[in-house]
Amino acid sequence: MNNELSAIEKTVLTDYKYGFVTDIEADEAPPGLNEDTIRFISAKKNEPEWMLEWRLKAYKHWLKMEEPNWANVKYEKINYQDIIYYSAPKQKKNINSLDEIDPELRKTFEKLGISLDEQKRLSGVAIDAVIDSVSIGTTFKEQLAELGIIFCSISEAIQEHPELVKKYIGSVVPITDNYFSALNSAVFSDGSFCYIPKGVRCPMELSTYFRINAEGTGQFERTLLIADEGSYVSYLEGCTAPIRDENQLHAAVVELIAMENAEIKYSTVQNWYPGDKDGKGGIYNFVTKRGICQGAHAKISWTQVETGSSITWKYPSVILKGDHSVGEFYSVAVTNNHQQADTGTKMMHLGKNTRSRIVSKGISAGVSNNSYRGLVHVGKNAANARNFSQCDSLLLGDKCGAHTFPYIEVKNNTAVVEHEATTSKIGEDQIFYCNQRGIDTETAVALIINGFAKEVMNQLPMEFAVEAQKLLAISLEGSVG
Amino acid sequence: MNNLEYIKERYSKLPDVSDLNGLGVIRQKAFDALNTMGIPTTRHEEWKYTRIGSFFNKEYKYQAGQSAVTAADLASVRLPGYEQANELVYINGRYVPELSVIRSKGLTVQPLQEAASNEYRDIVAKHLGHSSNYLKDGIMALNTAFVQDGMFVHVKKGQIIEHPIYIYNITDAREANVLSQPRTLVYVGENAQVKFVETFNTLGTQESFTNRVIEIVVEKDAITEYYKIQTDASHASQVATTHIQQIGKSYTHTVTVSLNYGLVRNNLNIVLDEQYCEAHLYGIYLQQGQSHIDNHTVVDHAKPHCESNELYKGMLDDQSTGVFNGKIFVRQDAQKTNAYQSNKNVLLAEGASVNTKPQLEIFADDVKCSHGCTIGRLDEESLFYLRSRGITESTARSLLLHGFAVDILEQIKIDPIREYVDKLISERLEFDLA
Repeated sequence: MNNELSAIEKTVLTDYKYGFVTDIEADEAPPGLNEDTIRFISAKKNEPEWMLEWRLKAYKHWLKMEEPNWANVKYEKINYQDIIYYSAPKQKKNINSLDEIDPELRKTFEKLGISLDEQKRLSGVAIDAVIDSVSIGTTFKEQLAELGIIFCSISEAIQEHPELVKKYIGSVVPITDNYFSALNSAVFSDGSFCYIPKGVRCPMELSTYFRINAEGTGQFERTLLIADEGSYVSYLEGCTAPIRDENQLHAAVVELIAMENAEIKYSTVQNWYPGDKDGKGGIYNFVTKRGICQGAHAKISWTQVETGSSITWKYPSVILKGDHSVGEFYSVAVTNNHQQADTGTKMMHLGKNTRSRIVSKGISAGVSNNSYRGLVHVGKNAANARNFSQCDSLLLGDKCGAHTFPYIEVKNNTAVVEHEATTSKIGEDQIFYCNQRGIDTETAVALIINGFAKEVMNQLPMEFAVEAQKLLAISLEGSVG
Repeated sequence: MNNLEYIKERYSKLPDVSDLNGLGVIRQKAFDALNTMGIPTTRHEEWKYTRIGSFFNKEYKYQAGQSAVTAADLASVRLPGYEQANELVYINGRYVPELSVIRSKGLTVQPLQEAASNEYRDIVAKHLGHSSNYLKDGIMALNTAFVQDGMFVHVKKGQIIEHPIYIYNITDAREANVLSQPRTLVYVGENAQVKFVETFNTLGTQESFTNRVIEIVVEKDAITEYYKIQTDASHASQVATTHIQQIGKSYTHTVTVSLNYGLVRNNLNIVLDEQYCEAHLYGIYLQQGQSHIDNHTVVDHAKPHCESNELYKGMLDDQSTGVFNGKIFVRQDAQKTNAYQSNKNVLLAEGASVNTKPQLEIFADDVKCSHGCTIGRLDEESLFYLRSRGITESTARSLLLHGFAVDILEQIKIDPIREYVDKLISERLEFDLA
């Protein structure tokens, strides 16, 4: 055991691979939040009047709200006046091609393994990259435009497609929804916008990459994705941040709208900086994600691999409004050292014959706490609604915690709802079985964890699944004794 | 004047007990807690689905003196097998020795006030009010504020109490709305065995609200069975807290039967405070009309090598609502814990609804814990199978539902009581095999 323990110590020290800082000059707003900050952001973006009013409305509402404290996480109070709400990499105006992007910035993305042009050639994934608060380039735009697909930054969408933005922004996550979504609505500086027209099957995976670079900033991006009747889109999202001693706030809002017969598949690999092994620093990831199945037979599927952030507070949800609509949630949440995760989903069954499926796998190691919190709500008119939820937790080490808080509310007697959850550790017999066949303990643990998370990993698109699997191994390396 | 103010006024009129071995202190603390916390609203996480605020907007009487309940009244609510049982009778929250019968040797029943100053004072001082650590809300505090009216039940070391102990909570609401707050502390000595059956009945047609707390301390090698049967009328509501603390390696077995017509909130806490404890929790609820049942259970695995097993089953008809909240805590020390929990619900009518929240909080790694819950309706295929054999739809339904309930009925180990509960459930289901 002693040998293994020292191996643990070594590997727990495994560096956060994405913790570099890119030295780019940034255009920043002064720290602090007041109406002027919002006007500054809005002016920077050259936004129309209605957008500014919307922001101010959100801000006024936010002032009246209290920070929620029901989640099973502990952190020091955030001083919202210390945060820089707008930080954009300084660059020349009006870039026409990706080649004109700041080379430093390009290097950043190369380090992250998502070199824009490489990615473009090899994998055919269209990327909208958001650094700090601002979208810096979208690949494959023209090809997508031929199909009528709009994929651009949300600032651009506000300029060029105001009718769409005006109609849908805040329609799924209203500004009054919660504390962090109200804050986001007031100060969001950029994000991605995507519209898939009727009957179009998006030929490639769309992707956003978020990165917090500058110090003392918060990232507040806003994603709005609309899949019109009969369309299909698969959307990926990835996140990283440099190593810093302080805690940085990331409060994003994602809204998905699926019309009749449309399908949206939304995958996230979240690898924000989790803080060091003593729990210092790291990102507070307080995110509101929600989709609505507006029409009949619509489908929204969330898949997430959460390995980073010092605190994760995130509940990707689906409102199943259309009859026969389907909601899915697949999640692997890994916490190590002092990380805390309180994550889960909400499935709101409103239409008839709606179905949902929840598969959540929590892995806790070190002195971390990992909670699943979910709600399955079957409304009065949701005849024949069907839900199946499964929440499994794996504990590695005797100082971590795994918690399950499933809420199930059923108001229709034709509904069938099932929930099951288990908590266990890796069995000694399982390890012994592997050892016996010449597989060392470390590899055996990785093998077992991979098997544990497989059901979720299988839902990820190919390119992401590989990355996610690696991440899983890195996050947990050596945490088993 | 609303009821809460009235209660506070009653409190100020209670005789001063500050000299009584800590009872006064417990009482005052609880009263202060009540003042700060108030009566829980649905904004309180543990009371999200159950509204009790309205009970405190009505006028209730808190009866201090003797009530007019006679032996004949008691006869109407007696449980079968009483000839062979110890009977403890509480009327409007106060113990009535004249109507109670103690048959067994080694069983002592006396007021808490007395026990707090005689040879039992250490037990009382150590264990009374332990439940307040688990239930931090005003309604719990409200009961504790009036603790001095409570009773102490002592089961002597090594005694096997053959006769079950029947506890009758009778509310005499023939003349006015009544609030009653029975409070009991039970101590089951080392190597002792005892069985409790508790019922709740309201006499008369005025409203009654019962806020009852029983704390049971179980010593080493003791076996305790506890059955709660709730069949009270629609104008009777209650919050009933049962707090079991297994302080030695012991075995407990509880069954909660809720066939009430009004609003019922049950808190059942089991603290496994020593190694190798075992706890079994069962519950069945059949709700009709506008009734509401809320079962909150907590199993706290504080020490290693313990086992808990929980199964609650519910049938909800008409416009009734059911709530289940099962918490399992496994503390960091409690390695080698086995904890199982299951909640199954059948919704029988369009207006019925259920809210369930099985909750696990686990801080130890070498454990086996699982929970599951299901919500559904009667299986179409089973119904079809029975109907294809010439059984009418209504009989088929009650047959299936009775079968659903049998799992729990079997857990009632006192024969006359099991038959009694079976009969009650069968009647409700209009189920008649003969």
